[in-house]
Amino acid sequence: MTATTQQVMTINMGPQHPSTHGVLRLILELDGETVVKSTPHIGFLHRGIEKLAEHKTYHQFITLTDRLDYLAPMSNNLGYALAVEKLLDIEAPKRSQYIRIILCELTRISSHLLWLATHALDIGAMTVFFYCFRERETLNDIFEMVAGARMNLSYVRIGGVARDLPDGFAEKAREFVNAFPGRLREYETLLTKNKIWLMRTKDVGIISAEDAINYGLSGPSIRGSGVKWDIRKSEPYSSYNEMDFIVPVGKNGDVYDRYLVRIEEMRQSNEIVRQAVDTLPKGEFIADIPDVALPQKVNLKKSMESLIHHFKIVTDGICPPVGEVYVCVEAPKGELGYYIISDGTKNPYRIKIRPPSFVNLEGLQKMIEGHLLADVVAVIGSLDIVLGEIDR
Amino acid sequence: MAEMSAIGKKLKETFPDAVTGMKTFRGELTVSINKDYIGKVAEFLCNDDESDFGYLSDLCGVDKSRLDNSNAFEVVYHLYSLRHNHRVRLKVEIPASNPSIKTVTNVWKTADWHEREAYDMFGIIFEGHPNLERILTPEGFEGYPLRKDYPLKGRQPASLREVYRKGEE
Repeated sequence: MTATTQQVMTINMGPQHPSTHGVLRLILELDGETVVKSTPHIGFLHRGIEKLAEHKTYHQFITLTDRLDYLAPMSNNLGYALAVEKLLDIEAPKRSQYIRIILCELTRISSHLLWLATHALDIGAMTVFFYCFRERETLNDIFEMVAGARMNLSYVRIGGVARDLPDGFAEKAREFVNAFPGRLREYETLLTKNKIWLMRTKDVGIISAEDAINYGLSGPSIRGSGVKWDIRKSEPYSSYNEMDFIVPVGKNGDVYDRYLVRIEEMRQSNEIVRQAVDTLPKGEFIADIPDVALPQKVNLKKSMESLIHHFKIVTDGICPPVGEVYVCVEAPKGELGYYIISDGTKNPYRIKIRPPSFVNLEGLQKMIEGHLLADVVAVIGSLDIVLGEIDR
Repeated sequence: MAEMSAIGKKLKETFPDAVTGMKTFRGELTVSINKDYIGKVAEFLCNDDESDFGYLSDLCGVDKSRLDNSNAFEVVYHLYSLRHNHRVRLKVEIPASNPSIKTVTNVWKTADWHEREAYDMFGIIFEGHPNLERILTPEGFEGYPLRKDYPLKGRQPASLREVYRKGEE
């Protein structure tokens, strides 16, 4: 896009701007109110997680994965655990797979709720924010009940999950699942046919399916452009193939379509949780493989061997065979991949995290070229970025 | 699986000199490519009808020096095909003394930031990249943090206070 007048102005947006969802800084070149060029500057939240990983044992690194996309810690935990399990060539027991699905889908809802709340707030619809946070509160209570934490769950373990679901979980989950579709309808009455909302989101930030693939978008951002690709369907992991759900797609690839896709995804996730809770199999919550999977906590006080295994895993770590794997999961933001190289020692030789937000943000420049300054906020919101995983 | 090895075979037939090795681990195919051919191989894999790897999942650098004493870097490409639903991993070894390789941004636009990150973390030069600048580390940062000889605690001034103190003197 070339400027029509000779007065191109360069302005700085962020890193403290509230609509940049963290610490994103954009250098915008404006011709009047039209964006000629945008250059994102990232890295303000860089903590060197990949470097830290090389100095941690495989179990220790689980807690760091929470700090990537801190709105969906379960997906991050799960992707990492699946990668290490593939490296070790083991499989988690059926019950733990279902527990993982339930918690992952609940975090997906929680993450999408925060997206909806802030996205609407950015564009000026303030009420939605309060409604979404009301539901998030219920979800956080459920997370606290299961994992003991509200935000950074660290609930997944290599070979299973940390502990079994507590008593009363199923009732609490069902209560939420039954109430949630009604709540979703409430949000939709506020937004979906709202004239102001339509004007702000329709035909804004369009990206074609071809461009979306070439720019490497994933998750709802690519599905909004009509690409029907969901890793839960295409490469099912953790028993997702036993769940019945549809993958919603958009048509035009604009902000509005990405909005519709995420709303429908919440509905589908809700149904997945319902199915998984109803058909939760009985059995162990963590695999009984003493040299790699942590023994159950209750056994530590009763069995000498369990205590020894626990001690050995915590102090020495585990040593997967030499090799490399790439495992990806469908995180709320898109394809979250872990590439792990093992040299046979207790520390991973290299862990590369493929964060969906990092790649999705790359497409921003393409989407806002030629649009108005006010649309930048709408487009950033529609990409649902989290700087924690962009900067790592 | 059978399909995966077919891709490797076809690649080997089309570019006999380019493919230097092939390996399957846990069902994942890894093809090692000669450095000089990466541009051609990338174009072929992206446009060929049978492989159709139109989606670059990930691109990253690896410092191999502590893995096999080879004193080399590796650039690793993870490719995915949305149409055929299959994946392949390409690996290109480059010497640490002259870490440069041709860019693939002309094939996959998404490679832009990935390559900048690999440059930032390992100092790998991607020839022909439109804007090869540091991306995650701050302005004026020195060194390449993910290289194995870079210390975990970093080499930058220990704290901001130290920087300020220097300013006072």
